[in-house]
Amino acid sequence: MPTEHIVRSYDEELRRLRDMAARMGGLAERQVADATRALVRRDTSLAAEVVQRDVQIDQLEREIEAFCVRLLALRQPMAADLRVIVAAMKLSNDLERIGDYAANAAKRAIVLASLPSIGSLNGFERMAHLVQENLKAAMDAFVNNDAEAAERVWAADEPVDAIYNGIFRELLTFMMEDPRNITAATHMLFIAKNLERIGDHTTNIAERIHYAVRGDSLPEDRPKADESAYAVVRPAGG
Amino acid sequence: MSTTAETGAAEANTQGFGGVQARSEAVLNPPRIAIRNLEFFYGDNRALKGIDFDIPDRQVTGMIGPSGCGKSTLLRVLNRMYSLYPGQRATGEAMIDGMNIVAPDADLNALRAKIGMVFQKPTPFPMTIFENIAFGVRLHEKLSKAQMDERVEWALTRAAIWDEVKDRLDASALGLSGGQQQRLCIARTIAVRPEVILFDEPTSALDPISTLKIEELIDELKRDFTIVIVTHNMQQAARCADQVAFFYLGELIEVAPAAQMFTAPKHPKTQEYITGRFG
Repeated sequence: MPTEHIVRSYDEELRRLRDMAARMGGLAERQVADATRALVRRDTSLAAEVVQRDVQIDQLEREIEAFCVRLLALRQPMAADLRVIVAAMKLSNDLERIGDYAANAAKRAIVLASLPSIGSLNGFERMAHLVQENLKAAMDAFVNNDAEAAERVWAADEPVDAIYNGIFRELLTFMMEDPRNITAATHMLFIAKNLERIGDHTTNIAERIHYAVRGDSLPEDRPKADESAYAVVRPAGG
Repeated sequence: MSTTAETGAAEANTQGFGGVQARSEAVLNPPRIAIRNLEFFYGDNRALKGIDFDIPDRQVTGMIGPSGCGKSTLLRVLNRMYSLYPGQRATGEAMIDGMNIVAPDADLNALRAKIGMVFQKPTPFPMTIFENIAFGVRLHEKLSKAQMDERVEWALTRAAIWDEVKDRLDASALGLSGGQQQRLCIARTIAVRPEVILFDEPTSALDPISTLKIEELIDELKRDFTIVIVTHNMQQAARCADQVAFFYLGELIEVAPAAQMFTAPKHPKTQEYITGRFG
């Protein structure tokens, strides 16, 4: 908003809402980063921290929701103010889901630390790096009211899907090679899927921000590259 | 076969939204009044500048804007009230049924029978409730006693006040509460069966419950009448109007379906005004 609201306390409340959402976004980013680090380093105590911290994200979601309801009831917001409040309410749901996925990945990292490692974790690191970058860019776009930045995030999920497809195929192959890989590979597959879902929720967040700033919606068909739903890997020489 | 099924589903879906749909989907009816390049002058002072927009038939058009923006002036132009004052004149077009409201030779009696007005403060005549309604009707039509009784009951019923006054039609209208007086004035306006009703801040002198009753009444009346309402209360415009026009310094800044106006206005000035960030 270029100009200030006539009622100063209303402006302060809207600023506080943005701060709360930014704080929640920062916490979600950190959860994704730490869950991945715990996986790669086989660090079970870091993984346990991630699992414990999830309640903070849940708590923030409840606070944001209650604060939005309060603003809707007491301020009767209109136009851009209304859109920002609705966007904050919805993107806090997405952030909460992102937190859940990170915590779930951390739990699986604890299990994986007790199993012999299979394959490389490079794909996981790259994927986690991409989704974190996008999540950070999305939350920055929210704080800066930047629709173009949000649109870039929205269109940037394709590489995440592509890495996920690679991991999916690789893990299927490991499982076919040796059934003793199945436990670890299955947990890893879920972690990869969690990261991929985090990417999808991040594009949702980007859509909400675009709506908050511009008042119109992005097209329904986002660029996607997740083909794993149709993937078949046939056993060699089967 | 599949096509039929899909169509059926789509229809069911549309109906599912019921009354909400009409407003949120922003379907505006064809124009009842077409305003083109309308200008208005108080002496040398140009109070309306090149106004261009349509007032849709049997829907509610809300006019908003800060004091002095021209919205009430436009209302006064639409029923030629300004003709009572020397030095005030309008140019351009405001067409209703092929007649230009602002043309110097427009038939004012015909016009005022077509376009009724309800004011900010209830203005009951110091007469009985019955006479308040019958008085205006007699100026336009010759009705028998039975026809007049019927017309008065119809108007009071449509204005949602019949049940409250039917046992005291011979009592003075001045004994009614503010909200009742305003509904009586609405009854008086619709009694001459106009096509368009202009409301100039009809609830600004009323308590919240009376206000909601008037709003409910407006919602009801738009089935038969084209309604234009000037209001300072943005939430009221949002609740009542199908289309909203925002005026500033004599110009029409933006006109849009209400849902769009209050969620995503296009013009920065509109945005500032409706969010309370006015310069």
